[in-house]
Amino acid sequence: MIEAKGIRKTYGSGESRTEVLKGIDLQIADGDFTVIFGASGSGKSTLLNCLSGLERVDGGSIEYDGMNITEFSDKTLTRFRKDNIGFIFQQYYLLPDMTVEKNVRMGADLAENADYREIIKAVGLDDKMKKYPSELSGGEQQRVSVARALAKKPKVLFLDEPTGALDEKTGRQVLDYICKLHKAYGFTVIMVTHNANIAEIADTVIRMNSGNIAEITVNTAQKTAYEIGW
Amino acid sequence: MVIGFKDTVKLFGIAIIACCAVFVCTLFLSYNIDLAAIKDEITTEAGMVMYHAQVLMGKVVAGVSGGCLIATSVVMLLFYVKNYIGTHGKELGILKALGYSDIRIAKHFWIFGLSVFFGCIVGYITGYLYLPTFYQKQAPNSQALIPELKVQFHPLLTFALIGAPTIAFIAISVWFAYLKLKSPVLDLLREKQNLKVRIGRDGKEDTPFLKDLRGLTLRSRKSLVFFVAFSAFCFSAMVQMSFSMTELASETFAAMVLSIGLILAFVTLFLSLSSVVRGNTKTIAMMRVFGYDDATCSRYILGAYRPFSYLGFAIGTVYQYGLLKLMVSVVFADVGNVPEYSFDFEALMITLIMFVLVYELVMYLYSRGIKRLSVKSIMLE
Repeated sequence: MIEAKGIRKTYGSGESRTEVLKGIDLQIADGDFTVIFGASGSGKSTLLNCLSGLERVDGGSIEYDGMNITEFSDKTLTRFRKDNIGFIFQQYYLLPDMTVEKNVRMGADLAENADYREIIKAVGLDDKMKKYPSELSGGEQQRVSVARALAKKPKVLFLDEPTGALDEKTGRQVLDYICKLHKAYGFTVIMVTHNANIAEIADTVIRMNSGNIAEITVNTAQKTAYEIGW
Repeated sequence: MVIGFKDTVKLFGIAIIACCAVFVCTLFLSYNIDLAAIKDEITTEAGMVMYHAQVLMGKVVAGVSGGCLIATSVVMLLFYVKNYIGTHGKELGILKALGYSDIRIAKHFWIFGLSVFFGCIVGYITGYLYLPTFYQKQAPNSQALIPELKVQFHPLLTFALIGAPTIAFIAISVWFAYLKLKSPVLDLLREKQNLKVRIGRDGKEDTPFLKDLRGLTLRSRKSLVFFVAFSAFCFSAMVQMSFSMTELASETFAAMVLSIGLILAFVTLFLSLSSVVRGNTKTIAMMRVFGYDDATCSRYILGAYRPFSYLGFAIGTVYQYGLLKLMVSVVFADVGNVPEYSFDFEALMITLIMFVLVYELVMYLYSRGIKRLSVKSIMLE
């Protein structure tokens, strides 16, 4: 269970001071597929970064099964990320000089996961293990980043606009892989998107507006990646 | 144009090295020229032997120190131009796409030669101002054998030490930029690098990620390996040489060798380690996001260079011993009162301890720098 209480985050100082998160309260159950969506500047990515421990909050607390990560030292927070968190970004951030297999090992070695090739197969890239990122399409690169994140066996997977740089066809394909893997492995998913249609695949939908949560809805009729609008 | 005056500021390392090179050359070449002017006034045989020894020493020092420093500056300049084009590929690619010719863009790289100009000016002026003291310090060795020397101004030497290097470095900058800009426009726009080092397709799939990363860090930036080794080489050779110089030449000479060695060592070490960190910021950021701790990032990225630095130190030790032995037994064989030279183990141990402390301190400071890298700012780039 992830429980956030009164999260505040401010950037800048003086006249340029902007309060990006204005006291966020939320709970995310283990194994839940949560989508945070909202317009640009609503604070959704900042919320994701704070929940994942990539950024420090200015106020409030974030608890993972009762452990308040806002009180962790940098070292403890790094170890916490190593043991619990996986990330997928819009821009993939693959290592350009390493093959698909080696990129996935970056995550796998942290969890001493010797079966990382199974994950590569699971994202449909078993025939591209020896390819370099520059030899792959955008959708394939994002699937490598999915495999890299999952190879470290995270308890929570954070995704920041994972389909933002992809066309509809490959975007749906990547989402479909994420949904299937979520069902297969049972990890918690927290995904940020500006596309309201994508929210329809989630169990829980959090709508952000100007640094506040405008609405939290529980989706009782989830759609698949191929059923949602785009 | 994308290249501005501010870009030359980053070449302060080259300016410092050029300054040292010109400083040394100003001292020894001026001394040689002024010495040659009074050659006819030397009447004794011992005076002539001393004269030839002094001229030879000037040539050796100006050639070895000046030449070595200038060669380092050229390598650093080429490295910087290559890096600049690599990191500003998009801007330069847009200019090429708009129709600017390679040579038209390359001409703007002349500004990089300015750093050498400033370094040479400072080196020449300080060297010239120091000349009277330097002549006095040289005098005890030759007193009564060689008539007293007076500092003269040599316009040709001024041009050779300021004008010529500046023109040469400007030409090198433009020429090298022209060669590098010949890449296709799309490669520049995509900031595609012709990386010859790639990991993973060679069948060694069981190598751990961190081991591969260490290998990749080293092999993809061989020039940095050279600079790190070179900085250790300079530290080792010049510091040990300065110990021996106190006995073989003079304290002034020893201080000069020591200062130049330390400046060269620190400048190249700082520049190369900065490039290592800068070139790996995204990798370090991703590693930290995934949960690799700062110590691991430092160990596998910065630590990869450690063996080469110690290798550079060892080569520097052998080099300085060989050079001094050669000077004492061959070059100054006919000159009297030159003390016998043998390997100084005490100097080696002191230098090694100093090197370990300094190198590990610099590494520690850069590790702290890695810790301060903001993951978010790197991701937003």
